[in-house]
Amino acid sequence: MRISLMTTCLVDVMAPDVARATVTLLERLGHEVVFDKRQTCCGQMHTNSGYYTEAAPIVRSFVDTFSSQLDTVDAIVMPSGSCTGCVRDQHELVARHEGDTSLEERSREVAAKTYELSELLVDVLKVTDVGAYFPHSVTYHPTCHSMRFLKVGPRPVKLLRAVEGIEVRNLPESDSCCGFGGTFSVKNDATSDAMVTDKAENVVRSGAEFVVAGDASCLMNIGGKLRRTGAAPQSVHLAQILASTREDPFVPSETILGRTS
Amino acid sequence: MNEWTQERPVRTPGLSAKEEILARVRSALATPRRDEITEAQDVPRDYQRADDKQEQRTAPEKMRDVLVQRLEDYTAIVHRTTAAEAPAIIAAALGEARGVVVPSQLPEDWTSAVDAELLVDDGSASPHRLDALDAVLTGCHTAIAITGTIVLRGDGRSGRRAISLVPDHHVIVVEAEQVVLGVPKGIERMAEDPTAAWTMISGPSATSDIELSRVEGVHGPRRLEVVLIEPEPEPDPAPEAATDPASASTKESTA
Amino acid sequence: MTTVNLGIPSVRPQHASPSSHLRGTRGFPAAAREELGDETLRGNLRHATSTIQSKRASVVREVRDWQKLRNAGSALKWQVTDHLPELLEQLEESVTAAGGVVHWARDAEEAGEIVTRLALERGAEEVLKVKSMATQEIGLNETLAHAGIRAIESDLAELIVQLADDTPSHILVPAIHRNRAEIREIFLEAMPDLDPSITDEPAELAEAARRFLREKFLDMPGSVAISGANFAVADTGTLVVVESEGNGRMCLTLPRTLISVVGIEKIVPSFQDLEVFLQLLPRSSTGERMNPYTTLFTGVHEGDGPEEFHLVLLDNGRSAVLEDPEGRSALHCIRCSACLNVCPVYQRSGGHAYGSTYPGPIGAILSPQMTGMSGTDDPNSTLPYASSLCGACYDVCPVKIDIPSVLVHLREKDVDRRRETRGDFHGTWDVALQGASKLMSSPRAYDLAVRSAGPLSSVLGGTNIGKLPGILPLIPGWTDHRDLPKPGTSFRSWWDAREKERASAPEPAQAPTEDEEQA
Repeated sequence: MRISLMTTCLVDVMAPDVARATVTLLERLGHEVVFDKRQTCCGQMHTNSGYYTEAAPIVRSFVDTFSSQLDTVDAIVMPSGSCTGCVRDQHELVARHEGDTSLEERSREVAAKTYELSELLVDVLKVTDVGAYFPHSVTYHPTCHSMRFLKVGPRPVKLLRAVEGIEVRNLPESDSCCGFGGTFSVKNDATSDAMVTDKAENVVRSGAEFVVAGDASCLMNIGGKLRRTGAAPQSVHLAQILASTREDPFVPSETILGRTS
Repeated sequence: MNEWTQERPVRTPGLSAKEEILARVRSALATPRRDEITEAQDVPRDYQRADDKQEQRTAPEKMRDVLVQRLEDYTAIVHRTTAAEAPAIIAAALGEARGVVVPSQLPEDWTSAVDAELLVDDGSASPHRLDALDAVLTGCHTAIAITGTIVLRGDGRSGRRAISLVPDHHVIVVEAEQVVLGVPKGIERMAEDPTAAWTMISGPSATSDIELSRVEGVHGPRRLEVVLIEPEPEPDPAPEAATDPASASTKESTA
Repeated sequence: MTTVNLGIPSVRPQHASPSSHLRGTRGFPAAAREELGDETLRGNLRHATSTIQSKRASVVREVRDWQKLRNAGSALKWQVTDHLPELLEQLEESVTAAGGVVHWARDAEEAGEIVTRLALERGAEEVLKVKSMATQEIGLNETLAHAGIRAIESDLAELIVQLADDTPSHILVPAIHRNRAEIREIFLEAMPDLDPSITDEPAELAEAARRFLREKFLDMPGSVAISGANFAVADTGTLVVVESEGNGRMCLTLPRTLISVVGIEKIVPSFQDLEVFLQLLPRSSTGERMNPYTTLFTGVHEGDGPEEFHLVLLDNGRSAVLEDPEGRSALHCIRCSACLNVCPVYQRSGGHAYGSTYPGPIGAILSPQMTGMSGTDDPNSTLPYASSLCGACYDVCPVKIDIPSVLVHLREKDVDRRRETRGDFHGTWDVALQGASKLMSSPRAYDLAVRSAGPLSSVLGGTNIGKLPGILPLIPGWTDHRDLPKPGTSFRSWWDAREKERASAPEPAQAPTEDEEQA
C-alpha cells in the first residue's frame, strides 16, 4: 500500500522520532510511505480553542495538500488520536463556519481516507503482530480522543500484546484524562497540573518502565510531569514500540519522546 | 461594576408573561437546527417496553423472586406467604405496634389477626395524630420487580398519601398479580389512571448526602416491611403425580 | 396598544436576570486555583465522586437496553424542544383542568414576586422547601427573606449548606464538599437542642436532621411549601418529584398550599414517556435502581394532600439557550449530575469554582448560555474553557447531550464575539493564534520555521526545557508544572536527508546523522 504520512505539527517539531518510527514500521511491513512537505498542521489547537476563522486557512491548507493525493495514495495516517479526530469531526465544522461548502465536501473526502495509526494497522492493513521486539514493561494510557471520539477500543492493546518480550501492566484509573487538553493545559494550568499529577502517580503505581499512548501531545504532558518529578517511567509512543526490533531496538534517550539511534 | 452585571432581561410592554415567554420561545426556535424536527413518532422505542417478550414471558414466580431480592437489597424486610397465612404474617409484621392506621378499603381479613388498635382512616387524622401512631398497614397498586418498587395509588387500598408517610413503620401487602417485571409495564398500569396521586416506594427512606454513605431512614418511614401474598405452592409432582395442577394453582387466587 | 400578532418577531429571547445565581465573581481558572489548594476539599470530592461513579457504573451495566433508553431519552428531549410552545400550552391546560393554577415568570424577579405574593397572601412567615435547582438559581430564599419570610430547606444536604451559610457545590449532593466531621460541627453550631455527645456517624447526623425538621413538617407553619419538579407531563398535567429522604413527600403532601417552580424545559410529552426517564434518572443520578421515593401528582387531589396547587413556569434565560441551535441541547439536562461525577476537572476543582447553581460540565455549557458571555472579563466567558474536552461527560449523559461539542461551539462564539468587537481581539491568545494561523497556512514559511526550531532552541542548555522565567507569554503555564521536550532535528529534515541518501545510493538508506538540518 501507498500510505501518506501526516506527522502532525507537534511530532514534526517536538517528537520527530515518533514519525520516524511510523515510517520504519510501515516500511518494514512492506508499504510505501510518502511525505508531502506542504503539510503543516490539522488546525486542532485553533479549532478546540474556538478560533474557527483562524483555523480555516490551516484546514484549507491541509485539505489542499491531502486531497491532491487522494487518487495516488491508499490511506493517510496520523500517529495521533486527537488530530485524526479533528480531521474527521471538526474540519467540516470549520468549513461550515466559513460558509465554504466546497471545503466542507473536500474535507469529508480527505477525512474518509484518514486513519489513526492503530486503526490503520488493525483495520486497513489487518495486522496485529507487526514483528516488534520490546523487552520492557509498559502501561497503556488510552488517550481520551482515541478512546471516546475515535473509539479505537482494544486495537492498541492488541498490537502491544503481540510484541515480543513486552509486559503490559495495568494502569490504575487509566480512563481518566491526563489533563493536556491543548490550550487547556496552559489556560487552566492549575487544574491541568492536578490532573497530570494524578496521572503520573498512577503511571508510577503501575510499576511499568514506560507509559505508552497513541498521542504525542498527551505523552509530552505525562512525560514532562514524570521528568519534572524525577520519576523513573518514561513516555513512549505506540509507533516507537512497534518500530523496535531485535535488530534495531528502541534505545531511550534523555529527551521526552526521543530516542538515540 | 462590570457591564455584565447590568444587563437586565427586557420585558415587552403590553404582553402578559405567558404571551411573552411563548413569543420568546417561538422566536428562538425560528432558527432551525441542522437535523429534522423530532415528532412523537420519531422517538425510537426499541428499548424493552411493556409488551416486551421478557416482560410477557417471565414466569410470575421468577418475577417475585427478583422483587424480593431487590427489596431486600434496599434493606426492606420481606415476608413471603400465602393468602391463608397472610393475616398471621401481617399481625407478626406489625409486631409490638399498638396504634395502626389503615386505609378505608383494606381487605378485612388482612387485619383479622392484628391485635393493635386500628384507626381506619377517614381523612381527618392530622399529621400529629398520625405521628403518634406506631405503624401503617396498606395495600398497593403495582410492584415493579426489577427496581424493587412498590407503587401506591391514593385510593382506598393504599390510602391517602399522608398515612403511609408519617408513621415510622410501614407494612405493605403486595398480591402476586400486582407484580410486573419492568418499569414500562408499571408505568403502563399507572397510565390507566394517570391523574391519581401516585407514590413510588423503593425501600425505606434514605439519604446519601453525607459523604455519599447511605443511611436508612430520614423523614419517611424508617422501617419498610413487605408481605408478599403468593399462590399456594404447587404440590411436589413426584410423589403425587395424580394431583391436578390447575386446581392447585387456582385454589387461593380469589381469596 | 395596537399589537397585532405579527408583533412577535420583535420579542427576542432574553438572558437570565443578573440577580440569578448563575455567575461567580471571577473566572474559572482563578477560582479553581484557589479551590485546588484546599486539601480537605480535594479529599472529600475524590472520595464522593469515585464512590458514586462506581455505583452508577454497576447499576447501568445491569440494564441491557441502556443505550436504547438513552436514544429514546434524547429523542424525547428533542421532541420537547422542537415543540415547546405547544407543549407548554398543553401543560397549562392539563394542570388547570386538574385544579392547579399556572403562573408564568419571565425572569428571576418575576418568579420571586409570584411566590412571595402567594406566600404573603396566605400569611406564611415560614415556608418549607424541597431541594430545587430552579429556586436556587433564582435566589428565591433571599427574595423571600426580603419579604420577611423564612425559607427552610428540608433536604439534608441543602439543610447543611443553609445552616453553614454556604452555597451548594453539586447538583445532587449540594454538600458534597463537606465531610462528616465538618457537618457535625455545623449541626452543633446551628441546632441548639443537639446533644453535644453526637458523633460524626452519618446515621446519627441524619437522625439529628430528622428531629430538627420533624415538628416543622407536622406543623407546617403557614402551611406553604415550595418545590421544583423533575418532570412535568404535558398531556396529563402530572408533576413528578424524585427524591430519597421523604422530605419531598412531606412538603408535597402535608401543606395546605404547594407552589412548584419549574423551568419551561422540564416537560415530558406524555405520561407513558416516564417509562424512559424513570429508568434513566435514578441510575445515572444516585446510582440506584430506583430512588426511594417518587411522587406523581396532578393538580389538586381531593382529600389527599394540598388544597391549592400553583405551578410557576420559569424562563429566566432558557429562551436564550434555545436561540442557539448548536447549544440548545443544554436544556435537555435532567439534572442527574453524572457528568459532574466523571469529570476530571470537577473532581478536582469542585463545584464552587464554576460560580453558578449549575456546576460541572453541564454547568459550563448551561450557565454561559443562560447569562450570555458579555465580555472578556465576564466570569462566565471562562466556563467553556474549563474542560480538557476528554468526553467522559458525553459518555455518561442519560439524554446524550454532546457536551464537548457544545463547549467548543461556545468557545467559537466567544472568540467570534471578540473578533467582531473593536479593540477586543488583542489578547495574548488572540495574537498568538492569529500568528500561528498565518504560519500554519503558508507551507513554505512553515517549512522554514520547523527546520529552524531545532537549531534555535539549541541555545537552551540540557535536553528538555525545565522551569522558565516568563520570557514567552504562553509557556509558563506549561513549564511551571512540567518539562518540555526541546526541539531537535525536525522530522522533515531527517526525511530529506534520507531521500537524498537514497537518491545517491542504490540501496535503502541508513538513518541520517543529526546535523542535516538545512532546508
